[in-house]
Amino acid sequence: MMDPAIVASAVTHTFGSGPTAFTALHAIDLEIRPAEVLLLIGPSGSGKTTLLHILGCLLHPTGGSVVLHGKPTRSLDEDQLGALRLQHFGFVFQAYNLFPVLTATENVMVAFDLMGVSKRVARERACELLTMVGLGNRLDAYPSQLSSGQKQRVAIARALAGDPQILMADEPTAALDAENGLKAMELFQLLAHRQQRAVVIVTHDPRIMHLADRIVRIEDGRIAPEPAAAPVSPPLAAGAPS
Amino acid sequence: MSEQSIDILRLHSQRRALPQWHSGMTLLIAWRNLVHDRVRLLVTLIGIAFSTILMGLELGMLLNFMHTTSTIVDHAGADLWVTAHGVRSVDLATPLEERRRFQTLSIDGVAAAESHLLQFAFWKKPDGVRETVILIGVDPHAQMGLPWAMLPGRSIHDALSIPDGVIIDRLYAQKLGIDHVDQLVEINDHRARITGFTDGIRTFTQSPYVFTSLRNARLFAGKADKDITYVLVRLAPGQSPDVVGASLAARMPDADVLTPTRFSNKSRSYWLFTTGAGTTLISSSILALMVGVVIVAQTLYASTMDRLPEYATIRAMGGPRSYLYKIVIKQAVIGGLSGYSVGITIVVLLAYLARNSSSSPQVPWWLAGGIAGITVLMCIVASLVSLSKVMSIDPVKVFR
Repeated sequence: MMDPAIVASAVTHTFGSGPTAFTALHAIDLEIRPAEVLLLIGPSGSGKTTLLHILGCLLHPTGGSVVLHGKPTRSLDEDQLGALRLQHFGFVFQAYNLFPVLTATENVMVAFDLMGVSKRVARERACELLTMVGLGNRLDAYPSQLSSGQKQRVAIARALAGDPQILMADEPTAALDAENGLKAMELFQLLAHRQQRAVVIVTHDPRIMHLADRIVRIEDGRIAPEPAAAPVSPPLAAGAPS
Repeated sequence: MSEQSIDILRLHSQRRALPQWHSGMTLLIAWRNLVHDRVRLLVTLIGIAFSTILMGLELGMLLNFMHTTSTIVDHAGADLWVTAHGVRSVDLATPLEERRRFQTLSIDGVAAAESHLLQFAFWKKPDGVRETVILIGVDPHAQMGLPWAMLPGRSIHDALSIPDGVIIDRLYAQKLGIDHVDQLVEINDHRARITGFTDGIRTFTQSPYVFTSLRNARLFAGKADKDITYVLVRLAPGQSPDVVGASLAARMPDADVLTPTRFSNKSRSYWLFTTGAGTTLISSSILALMVGVVIVAQTLYASTMDRLPEYATIRAMGGPRSYLYKIVIKQAVIGGLSGYSVGITIVVLLAYLARNSSSSPQVPWWLAGGIAGITVLMCIVASLVSLSKVMSIDPVKVFR
């Protein structure tokens, strides 16, 4: 078994201080493993997004520790955390957050640009990634010319630009129809199972539960007792993009 | 920071060290942000161009203003000027006796001293209407204080040697009712003859300069033979203006001895700061600058607010704040330079069209360059509000 990508130990997070303080997470212990699609589920306000922030090095917990590839992150400042995110994480957001003024290729190139990759190389790699996610014929399309599912794929290609070991997605299927939602999940499965990446997804979407390798339910800032055995992923369709 | 944490960053920096050439995506994003919204771009360009035109014309007029108020001093070729005590501007001359010229010649280091008479007079046009003019009387054989920029025709010496000859500038020929050489006019009821034209000797007071011989000037102005207004001094080679000027001042304590630079500045300052004209031009320029800042700031702010989710995404991905600063500042600079290019083209065109008028804005290359610098600086200042917004971006907002 591979070493965990992230180990969160007794992670606690409290917003504010004094009488108005609110503890969103209570002593969470969680491991994020490579080659696994992990779903974080739970009702609104349960703390799953805060947990995602902490696991994604966007936020330091007020208590406990986060260890990334065996290295603790507590002492890193904001800029150093940013550098870590750039190297180790890929993020996919619910609203995609693509630059509307840039083409699909250019949106992916921005991620390469942040890493100091030359424009020529960035363009080549961006095209490769977009082709990999099935958008080889929409390279020069602007976000306004793409469907929601296609925008989602551009966002995934952008998240993969840094070849991250960990992918984090926030409600990635919320704005997609069933077919596109399924396609997105199949892509996440592919990235996890074939490329050994850890994939963490925050979701409310019951349609994708059966595609997870593991489901963690957060309730009132705590990990709820595990339900029945985690569902087994169905085999990927033979024609899935690779 | 723990050793383990440092290891993580070292690993990261090694990875970044491979292909390190900046691709210029920030420039592309800045450009696309600008051109994406055509209406907003148009407003930005019009605003900056308007600001540039205002600044260019106001500062160009100010430059013209400054040059014309001291043009007689600047072109006289004298090393020192001796004036009556307290003269505030070259055009506002007060009488001086010609013995000052002889006193000047008696000072060591003076190579030449020439009399110069400047006096307002009335010019009667052929239609009987009178205009005020400024008579300038110089000896036809003088080395200093002569008219310059003569149009082809008689030489300065010949034109001034004709008994009733006067030289005017072609810019004011129409104003003075003149259409050809040798035309006869009246100055203070004395007959005068146009014997030559200069090209581009403008006057600030709008009373045209009329060059004539010292003898004619005295005649036209009703002055006695001993009356002059200035003594123009040329120093012997190697003599210091300060040293000789001090000797002259000691010799003539009731007169002022000024270097051309000082007299020029004194003349400019008088019109700039004791009349409303200079203040108006300067305040208009500042106002134009402020209009530009407000327009650019408003446009950039709106554009930045539109892009906040994308900027937050970049921060969440691990992009540094400096990356976002580059986008905003480049956007400001591109907008500034684009608007400036439109504006300065119009300014240069207007200056060209007004080249034959009596008050044409002057737009030398250094002024155009200076306005470009000010415009870019103005745009960067205008981007500060947007930058503060970018600084406050919290990357976790991207998940909300």
